[in-house]
Amino acid sequence: MTAPLSTQRSETVFQDFKLPLHRDAAVAEANRCLFCSDAPCIQACPTAIDIPQFIRKIATDNVHGSAATIFDSNILGMSCSRVCPVEVLCVGSCVYNHLEQPPIAIGKLQRYATDLAFENGWKFFTAGPSTGKRVALIGSGPASLAAAHQLRRFGHACTIFEKRSTVGGLNSTGVAPYKMKADRSLDEVEWILSIGGIEVKTDVSVGTDISLTSLEKDFDAIFVGVGLGADTALGVPGESLAGVHGAVSWIESMKLGSVGMAAVQRAVVIGGGNTAIDAVRETLGLGIPSVTMLYRGTHSGMSGYSHEWKAAMEQGAQAVWQSVATAIEGNGRAQRVKCVQVDDHKAPIAASDFTLQADLVLIAIGQSKLASMLSSLSGICIDKGCIRVDTNGFTGRDKWFAGGDCANGGKEVVNAAAEGKAAAMSINHHLMGHHAHA
Amino acid sequence: MPDLSTSTGGIHSPNPFWLASAPPANSGLQIQRAFEAGWGGAVWKTLGVPIQNVSSRFGGHTIRGVQGAGFSNIELITDRTLEANLREIAETKRLFPKNPIIVSLMEETEASWRDLIKQSIDAGADGLELNFGCPHGMCERGMGSAVGQEPAINERITSWAVKYSTVPVLVKLTPNVSDIVPHGLAAKRGGAKGVSLINTIKSIIGVDIDTFVPQPVVRNQSTNGGYCGAAVKPIALHMVAALAREKDFGLPISGIGGITNWRDAVEFILLGSSTVQVCTEVMLRGYPIVQDMIDGLQQYMRTHHFSRIDQMIGKAIPAYSEWGDLDMNYETVAKINADKCIGCQVCVAACHDGAHQCIHPQEGTRVPRIDESECVGCNLCQIVCPVPDCISMVSVDNGQKPASWNDHVTHGTQLRPKKGVH
Repeated sequence: MTAPLSTQRSETVFQDFKLPLHRDAAVAEANRCLFCSDAPCIQACPTAIDIPQFIRKIATDNVHGSAATIFDSNILGMSCSRVCPVEVLCVGSCVYNHLEQPPIAIGKLQRYATDLAFENGWKFFTAGPSTGKRVALIGSGPASLAAAHQLRRFGHACTIFEKRSTVGGLNSTGVAPYKMKADRSLDEVEWILSIGGIEVKTDVSVGTDISLTSLEKDFDAIFVGVGLGADTALGVPGESLAGVHGAVSWIESMKLGSVGMAAVQRAVVIGGGNTAIDAVRETLGLGIPSVTMLYRGTHSGMSGYSHEWKAAMEQGAQAVWQSVATAIEGNGRAQRVKCVQVDDHKAPIAASDFTLQADLVLIAIGQSKLASMLSSLSGICIDKGCIRVDTNGFTGRDKWFAGGDCANGGKEVVNAAAEGKAAAMSINHHLMGHHAHA
Repeated sequence: MPDLSTSTGGIHSPNPFWLASAPPANSGLQIQRAFEAGWGGAVWKTLGVPIQNVSSRFGGHTIRGVQGAGFSNIELITDRTLEANLREIAETKRLFPKNPIIVSLMEETEASWRDLIKQSIDAGADGLELNFGCPHGMCERGMGSAVGQEPAINERITSWAVKYSTVPVLVKLTPNVSDIVPHGLAAKRGGAKGVSLINTIKSIIGVDIDTFVPQPVVRNQSTNGGYCGAAVKPIALHMVAALAREKDFGLPISGIGGITNWRDAVEFILLGSSTVQVCTEVMLRGYPIVQDMIDGLQQYMRTHHFSRIDQMIGKAIPAYSEWGDLDMNYETVAKINADKCIGCQVCVAACHDGAHQCIHPQEGTRVPRIDESECVGCNLCQIVCPVPDCISMVSVDNGQKPASWNDHVTHGTQLRPKKGVH
């Protein structure tokens, strides 16, 4: 189904940034939870996991029940426990933050319960009785996986089309390896697929190898979860030099293969979002002595999470704010980045040119949108490159639903999981009409 | 500096903190270390015919992660030779002449009581404590709580002890009775100079749910043991207070049961104890806990302008009333301090599911709203609130004169309208 992972992956050198909890620490932490009523942490979770309930079950050593609570709301609960920005979601909303006491380590507790579920091979779900309906899902990332699993609980047959040879989407190719490595993502895919009845076709590119119209003819519904496309180019001279990469592309190479870093002394990462910060922390983690983030905005204006940037700085990251690259230069390969400072309106400031030495340049200023692949289908509206959907993931064209980054423009794994599941509920309703039941 | 010295039944102590007759008071070296740590006195673990114990002997009750919130044991009286105990009593008295050693005793016949009393006093005992309380092992042999549960036997054996003793005799009472008062009065009729209470409560601490054996496990069996530790304090406070307020009683009390810190000790003293005895918390944390007990008590006394312990003894007894004499027209409602509230809404769940459905979520804020017209002033919200001083119970001026149930029944006094009744 999916290509085996190389054992020579660069990502394997990384250790977990947040260490797992062992039983005694997990129970002690769980016992701190106040079991809030109408809990703010649940409201902060896009998948609305009943967090106080799963934590209480950890406190009583009912880990099986705890994991069941998590997965019932979010089948990607294991990866989300590692990759979620809990600081701005559940943990950030914990009422302990208002009591000058540490908030509950919800992410670590969720990892404790879900890891044990995987280690013990616990299964919580069975496929519903077959409905005879068939659903195609384009892309094998978190949105499609969440949708497919929920559709199987309803009894619909699922086929996932994945253009790569590796399944799991960004969970496999993009997550920072100090949060989760690709092999763990594949464990999760396998665990989700174990519900049965989900066929995965890898190395199949919808639109090229198989047409949209044939999908629409052969399936009762189609879910689009294709994520985002290639890194956006900077558009400056020298961008094609060796040693210059789009950050998402470079991260995928680092996670699934080997990136030679031995000769690299200085890296410059261009951008101020979470992909840029990931790239900064990853290059530092691979042992590059000097890593500088070059961002056109201010420190306070960066879109990357402040807790992530704080961690990057603790690792030794440097930043140059309110500056842009004007050219990348070098003799056959990147050696330096020519820069200029910009003002608050991002306009270049005269005579403020400077040069950063760099033998690796990673460009993290965004990704292209893939929604245009659907532009031939009438009734589907593309809005700023994103597929427009209602709150249930319906595109407006009969049979067609979407979720995840291709619809939301690029959010978290947990958003994709929530949107995939919501779309599955909607697809079920669409397929079963008034017979639909959750 | 407040004076912590006190006495129970004429047994003088530099402070009110005594080790109870139990594993922490099993041997001379232990008690010497306890006195070095600051303990005022010690009740030597019960002497008698040395017994043999089982493995295991202790069980703990864990509540929301707090280990040993309750505790139990199936250990018996001393298993050491009488000679060793007597030798160490004498040695400890020589090293710590100002710290009272009260020797706990348990025997069967008048002659054996007489002999053991003489040997204990010869070794240097400052007082005796008759163990009429042990609820396991010894009672099946006609001793311990088997004595403490029969006032006539209690009185007879106490009178033997008093007859043969030249030092004050205290009687240690069992809580495994429906009313403690007749048992305290029996000890008084027997001539005791004071009582110690409570001994442990007959109990099963838990069950191993995988092997189906109660705890503590002795191979593949167990037996009922004696429950103690922080969880039993309310039961002990009630029994201490029941004797302290009994007009026909009037003997000094050494309070025991769930005392873990100076606050607990103050509560026992305010309900009538002149000394307090501690076992479980020492077993869980060691002798140095007494440091906090001593300076916590001193600071409390300074704050309340007490210069001596006897000014505190029984200070809360006048306010311990019968339910029928409580003022039913007194009304309180809960108030939430919105500035302190962290929005957990634990009070909402508690009030809705466990009380009177008068605390409600509000739109636009996590701070709940209290419907004061429905609030019965039960306290539950204040108890569950994790934030100190966030929820307070505030008295309401309802214009009603005080009236108790007894006033109402006897004189037809008007009671305020009921709240929260639908």
